[in-house]
Amino acid sequence: MIGDTGILFQVAGIGIIVAMIHTVLKQMGKEEFAQFVSLIGFIIVLLFVLNSISDLFQQIKSVFFLKG
Amino acid sequence: MEIIEIVSLGIVTTIIYLLIKDKQPAIAFLIVFIAVLLFFLYLMQYIQQILALIQHLGDKANINQVYIKTIIQIIGISYLTEIGSNIVKDAGLDSIASKIEMVGKLFILILAIPIFHSLIETILGIFPLS
Repeated sequence: MIGDTGILFQVAGIGIIVAMIHTVLKQMGKEEFAQFVSLIGFIIVLLFVLNSISDLFQQIKSVFFLKG
Repeated sequence: MEIIEIVSLGIVTTIIYLLIKDKQPAIAFLIVFIAVLLFFLYLMQYIQQILALIQHLGDKANINQVYIKTIIQIIGISYLTEIGSNIVKDAGLDSIASKIEMVGKLFILILAIPIFHSLIETILGIFPLS
């Protein structure tokens, strides 16, 4: 069984919503807010990735006796 | 048929990547990253079974546990190196990927030193020089 694939769609949703907000804010002429929204979206996605990569490294450590 | 899940995950990832690439390149790259992590997490379950088989065979053949463990650690380092260099290569940084591979090879060599040492000791034991 493949693991939690829901995270992929969550990230895709965040990406699309952030792109939409970015476009709207840019149309309104608020360039700096648009950049800020992009940055925040990236950081949120990065937190997801961080959890996932931590899981993977823990599993590799336990499977291949790489403790310490 | 678990291969269908893997193939469909790859296709879905590609479609989402193409959708987001133009608007948010950074998030599109992180989607590729997540897909790579999911693939390797999936692989780990099966690798665990294979390694259990290798350990079982080693026990049956009365091979010292230390050697089997070193070999498994070397395999683990090569997998980790592969993951890291693949992800970095996807982002287009080939030079950093080759450095990661270089360090991985060096660590494998360092892990193999004790085995090499015991091999030399054995050979010197067989031929008593002076």
